[in-house]
Amino acid sequence: MSDWDRLSEDALIDRLQRAAFSYLIEYANPDTGLVADTSRQGSPCSIAVVGFALSCYPIAVRNGWLSRADGASRTLKTLRFFAQSVQSDAPDATGYKGFYYHFLDMQTGKRVWQCELSLIDTALLIAGVLVAGCYFDGGGDESEIRELADAMYRRVDWRWAQNGAPGLSQGWKPECGFLHYGWEGYNEATILYVLGLGSPTFPLTPSGYVTWGLTYQWENLLDRDVLYSGPLFTHLFSHAWIDFRGIRDAFMREKASDYFENTKSAVAIHREYGERNPHGFKAYGRNFWGVTAGDGPVNEEIRENGRDRRFFGYMSRGVPYGPDDGTIAPWAMLAALPFTPDVALAGTRHLLELHPQVCRQDRFSSGFNPTLQSDTGGWLSEGWYGLDQGLLTMMIENHRTGLVWEMMRRCSYVRDGLKRTGFEGGWL
Amino acid sequence: MRIKVPRAQPDDEKTFLRRVRPEDWKNPVPQSTYDLAIVGAGPAGLAAADSAARLGFHVALIERNRMGGNSLNVGSVPSKAVIRTARVYGTMQDAEEFGAPVPSEPTLDFSKVMARMRRIRTRISEYHSVYELTTLGVDVFFGAASFASADSLDVGDILVHFKKALIATGARPRASTIPGLDQAGYRTSGSIFDLAALPKRLAVIGGGPLGCELAQAFCRLGSHVTIVQNDPKFLPREERDAAEILSRSMARDGVEIRLNTTVVSARRAGEAKILRTVNGDVDSDIQADEILLSVGRVPNVEELNLKAAGVEFDTNQGIKVDEFLRSTNHNVYAAGDVCLALKFTNAAQFSARTAVQNALMQAQLRWSSSAIPWCTFCDPEIAHIGLHVWDARQQSIPIKSFTVMMHDVDRAITDGQDTGFVKIHIAEGSDKILGVTIVASRASELINEMAVVISAGIGMEALSKVAHTYPAQSEAILLAARAWKREFDEPAHRAVSGKATDEK
Repeated sequence: MSDWDRLSEDALIDRLQRAAFSYLIEYANPDTGLVADTSRQGSPCSIAVVGFALSCYPIAVRNGWLSRADGASRTLKTLRFFAQSVQSDAPDATGYKGFYYHFLDMQTGKRVWQCELSLIDTALLIAGVLVAGCYFDGGGDESEIRELADAMYRRVDWRWAQNGAPGLSQGWKPECGFLHYGWEGYNEATILYVLGLGSPTFPLTPSGYVTWGLTYQWENLLDRDVLYSGPLFTHLFSHAWIDFRGIRDAFMREKASDYFENTKSAVAIHREYGERNPHGFKAYGRNFWGVTAGDGPVNEEIRENGRDRRFFGYMSRGVPYGPDDGTIAPWAMLAALPFTPDVALAGTRHLLELHPQVCRQDRFSSGFNPTLQSDTGGWLSEGWYGLDQGLLTMMIENHRTGLVWEMMRRCSYVRDGLKRTGFEGGWL
Repeated sequence: MRIKVPRAQPDDEKTFLRRVRPEDWKNPVPQSTYDLAIVGAGPAGLAAADSAARLGFHVALIERNRMGGNSLNVGSVPSKAVIRTARVYGTMQDAEEFGAPVPSEPTLDFSKVMARMRRIRTRISEYHSVYELTTLGVDVFFGAASFASADSLDVGDILVHFKKALIATGARPRASTIPGLDQAGYRTSGSIFDLAALPKRLAVIGGGPLGCELAQAFCRLGSHVTIVQNDPKFLPREERDAAEILSRSMARDGVEIRLNTTVVSARRAGEAKILRTVNGDVDSDIQADEILLSVGRVPNVEELNLKAAGVEFDTNQGIKVDEFLRSTNHNVYAAGDVCLALKFTNAAQFSARTAVQNALMQAQLRWSSSAIPWCTFCDPEIAHIGLHVWDARQQSIPIKSFTVMMHDVDRAITDGQDTGFVKIHIAEGSDKILGVTIVASRASELINEMAVVISAGIGMEALSKVAHTYPAQSEAILLAARAWKREFDEPAHRAVSGKATDEK
């Protein structure tokens, strides 16, 4: 029996959640609250990871991993940095129009890699800002947290990001303007639209959400009805903040379902796909799944038993249409805990028992591919990714206490955004 | 591997030309008035001439170049011949996967590839020949036609009077607007099959059906191919999953893919042709020996003097027609690429037959592209008929797709052709089939079953009871229908199976 096997369900989850959270402390700049995208040397900050961190400080306070004062202090430093950093169309600013660049220098907070002003990553950051504003409801530092959170949210010019079109592009760069990529099909962007529509200052036009919904595909896939999206994370990200149980927009009313149930269906499809394992990857099965966006081996091709195997680096993988190169995200099964607790735990235990190397220092790596380098236990992503750790911390907490969901239920902007996107029923 | 000695070839090109544009052709003396004068002898014109002549009408068919149009001369026929070679060659590269590794590295003789293409084109031209039509009693005129009046056409110095006319002049590749490309030199679908040697480096501008088909084919034949597409995905008309599968398939073949990328200029540097591209804020160059421009087609309307006939047109959209394919001159109809958004050979032929029925038989047949299947002949092929999901959702039609992955179909697995899917889109709450998308090695064949099904008004209920051969890739269609049937028969199916799954 392995070390993990001996742990009770609660003890196992405790240990993994705390370790995941500790990434957000260990890889943060204590002066600015910026958190590194990955644990790798020289990694810049990802603003999305900061959004997860801001959402996780209340979790740490609640679980006694941080004192409330410490949690508030870290939160305040973060909000002060973002509120005071340069907002302009200069190429090395931190943000523009209330949005922020996807990646920032960990020390200076300036844009790096000539990256895009990211709509979705700003939404994830702002979601964390709103969690902080709701949770810290005391005086002193906590008053300032609320003021800054409110100001940051109100400053985001969502309408500008529509660029005169009904839908949203995926970003903007000072060098070339709005990016050409569009959102097609259901994905993780629900939170973006909810926050954009809830704004009292520069709201998105409601047609944006409707236009996006026209690209949704309701499918019977592997014997399951699902609003299709391939990568598992797309069924999780918005759910880290919003409790979709029982609330429905027009699309889900038409389908007599809701987005929470939809994620359950997506999980079932991922499991079934793992079992069918159409490409014959090693280890796949009902307890080995979680094809999603994340780190991957590398862009290379190998030949195995006369069959071409093409592997990818960091990319968004999906099920069942692909791409799938045999890489799973080891954290993904446990992140499905609120939706399908039994299968999430069964898969996680199976993974830890057979492939314990995926969880070094109790933290799951971003990617694992047992088909490649199988003689040495499989390819494993180096270090950790902040997004994975933040999402896992939040999903475990939502499963256990619903803390983040509860914070967002209290947030008037989120409630307004949900109502304007057409959600109704349930707790709303 | 068995080595075959190439057979002695007839003079294919000479035979081909004799069939599609006889050198010694003399235009007939025109009849006083034709029941139907057809301008253009491509797929639409030929289908119309055949149809009208068999109905007993006096028909004049006027062609300025060669019989068969783009489809036979530079489009569907030659491209499919070359694609077939590319598939064979690609299969040889993958032969090891089937336990049959080729004993030595296969080699390719491009001149023989093109000779085969020309031989095939010649063979098929027999069915589109001048002789075939004259035998039917059609008067064939070679020359440029333009309307002299509302009921007559000039063909050189010949005046052709008609009771009804059909414009079927087709479309041509859209010309370049890229600065420097004319000077650098490029090919289109009209000239790519004139290549004498396989280009080492081929740059393809445009990720529509033809661009994708030829990019993949030339890559498999051995060219280093870079394809540049302005949009975020290939085949903008197709659904995302289909386009992404194709994208990955092309990448696996070795095609260098540049999506979201615009070609802003071209120039020559010695023997090389260089394309300057922009992706967001990133500029880069693509070096090529040949450039294929495939950025759509424009209708051939400019030289027809359409004003003289009172026929309205648009240089981008083509002839304006109503649902009966009738132009603003009610005695003049149009069919095919010159008036349709759906620029495919089969659409041209079917629209032509519809127009003939309406023009000559007083039928009131409405033209609808929803009954026309189409296919992009990449590997895997991508075929579609009817509504897309977004079409239905824009019309507020509740729609649901029943999807079967080809990797769950026994025959696709045994064939090693398990990439793709069959998606049947139905009106939710009913068994009515609204549309179908198929991505499969032989999607062009599978989609025809669905064309019959849709045309006959067969629903999922009936389809689920139709026995199919086993094993066959078309079983995917049956499996989709049976999934519908299971759900229809067991409304609680989802909930029950969901609970069971959770408890496993």
